Amino acid sequence: MAVIAENTVNFTKALAPTSLSVSKSNIEKAMYTLENSPLPTTRNEAWKYTRLVKIGKVKFQNTKATIASIDPYKIVESACTFVFVNGHFSAELSSRVIPAGVTCELLSELNEEIGTSVNLENELFNATNTAHLTGGIRITISAKTVVESPIQIIHVLKGDHVISNFRTIIKAEKFSKSAIVQGFFSEEGEVNFCNNITEVSVEDNAFLTIDKIQYESENSFHINTEEVQQAKNSNFTINTFTLNGGIVRNNLHINVNGENCESHLNGAYLLKNKQHVDNHSIVDHKVPNCESFELYKGVIDDNSTGVFNGKVYVRQDAQKINAFQSNGNVLLSDNATINSKPELEIYADDVKCSHGSTTGQLDEEAVFYLRARGLSEKSARQLMVSAFIGEVLNKVENEQVLDFIHGILRKRFDWNL
Amino acid sequence: MIKIENLHARVEEKEILKGLNLTVNAGEIHAIMGPNGAGKSTLASVLAGREDFEVTEGSVDFDGEDLLEMDTEERAREGLFLAFQYPVEIPGVSNVNFLRTAINEIREHKGEDPISAKDFMAMVREKSALVELDAKLASRSVNEGFSGGEKKRNEIFQMAMLNPKLSILDETDSGLDIDALRIVANGVNKLKTKNNATIVITHYQRLLDYIVPDFVHVLFDGKIVKTGGKELALELEEKGYDWIKEELAAAH
Repeated sequence: MAVIAENTVNFTKALAPTSLSVSKSNIEKAMYTLENSPLPTTRNEAWKYTRLVKIGKVKFQNTKATIASIDPYKIVESACTFVFVNGHFSAELSSRVIPAGVTCELLSELNEEIGTSVNLENELFNATNTAHLTGGIRITISAKTVVESPIQIIHVLKGDHVISNFRTIIKAEKFSKSAIVQGFFSEEGEVNFCNNITEVSVEDNAFLTIDKIQYESENSFHINTEEVQQAKNSNFTINTFTLNGGIVRNNLHINVNGENCESHLNGAYLLKNKQHVDNHSIVDHKVPNCESFELYKGVIDDNSTGVFNGKVYVRQDAQKINAFQSNGNVLLSDNATINSKPELEIYADDVKCSHGSTTGQLDEEAVFYLRARGLSEKSARQLMVSAFIGEVLNKVENEQVLDFIHGILRKRFDWNL
Repeated sequence: MIKIENLHARVEEKEILKGLNLTVNAGEIHAIMGPNGAGKSTLASVLAGREDFEVTEGSVDFDGEDLLEMDTEERAREGLFLAFQYPVEIPGVSNVNFLRTAINEIREHKGEDPISAKDFMAMVREKSALVELDAKLASRSVNEGFSGGEKKRNEIFQMAMLNPKLSILDETDSGLDIDALRIVANGVNKLKTKNNATIVITHYQRLLDYIVPDFVHVLFDGKIVKTGGKELALELEEKGYDWIKEELAAAH
């Protein structure tokens, strides 16, 4: 037992306790987990395809750092842009013109206890985030507020072996409509770890969209947990784009608590070299008359690995649910791997649900067809990959977000389309 | 334009073309007919550069260049066009988008500037009208959900857009009703100039009522065994291929 416990907390050993006003009881629960829960292994169903051994070996630290400019990381032009470097707020790089009806509070400046809706029991990374919370932000969009331009939150990791334990709390109040853009980047550093939690509450009749871009270095770790609560008549969309990162895990947990909700989960991942990206989602339909749409697509090259595990629950009382889930993958090399596990658990008897998973290679006949029209082989393959992933990109409404993604595709994947 | 000499080609271990000779000059239309399995589509595939086929002997001269040394895309850029027997559906890739990329890569190959969006769209309108292809189809995903006739019209639309020197129509008439056949043939005829040439590969004489060939060749067992004028096609339609087989047997 003692051996396991020692292994477990290795990666948090060098970390100071949080200086934020996290509630005492949460810290106690988190510490208990850190002391007693081992690092999950692949014997654990939730981590079956993702090995965390590499993370367990590193002694992470949290240091402050400064970056010269935010320009390379600016996804959209927004006067309301918050920048965090290693989880610490950077006042000089941020632009705090807060739209009317919106409140943005730094958790480091909060004069009240910080609670949480995430599970701390046996959840090592949630516990780490809680006990060693570096920084955070709470965004409240007040009732009936319509926010025209998105609120942007940019994270940059800098330095070696740096961990950022960050918390974003978003509250979209009744009848509000807003969009949040989150970007995760790294510069000049080795083996960093972004351990991020986003807690979202979408109240009655509120519309909320989150566009999330993950573009860290190839030897970094990234664990992102979103805990979403949807109240009746609400509409929630989250678009996740994973374009770089060493080991990336997205835990997306949507609790549909009220009737007549819509939930949209879209994701695209383009991997190369030895990247490993794991998208884990749960949509929990607890009540009747709701719809959820999930579309994840991946392009996997070289020795990289993709994991998709999407679960949809339809609870016994949740009649008249329409739930659709689809995961498609294209493998571009013989050594590329995808583990795809779409799951439906339905306890109601009057529902319309479907799920599907496809994995294939590019259609060589189509490549030949395009080449026979004069396209180079590279252009032909790129055109087909972009068409494949385009179905997910088309879900993004913000043109600036799309342009930013295309910029990365040109830079990292040498696209010229 | 193109000079094929003693062409031998095989797929896996099976030899299909066994010493084929054919010369096509600018301004000419040649029809290649023959029974199933004679090697008609293999010829089209070999000329377009499909990698499943291995050329074991012979040469193909295309306007002074060695065609067999070129990649598929290089052949296309040099002005060779294959209208596919089975046009491929490519979901998500829009017809006009890929054509613009193709045209620009061809232009780059020739050292020309990219086409302007305005000129390109004008060309799309003009050329789609030529084959009576709905402008909406032109901008949809390549062949996705197209009817058989629409797919073949789309091939000729692409041919019109790319303006090739030599077009090879591989069984473009198969599966077409008479209206679609007429539209396709009409498109091909309108695109004909004294500077380009067409090879029409077909199983049936019917298409040749609409695209009138200067020469008709019979391809049999991997070789061209008989060449004549357009009346040869009618004779084949009427009598089938058996008399040719008998003629060949008698000659040996």
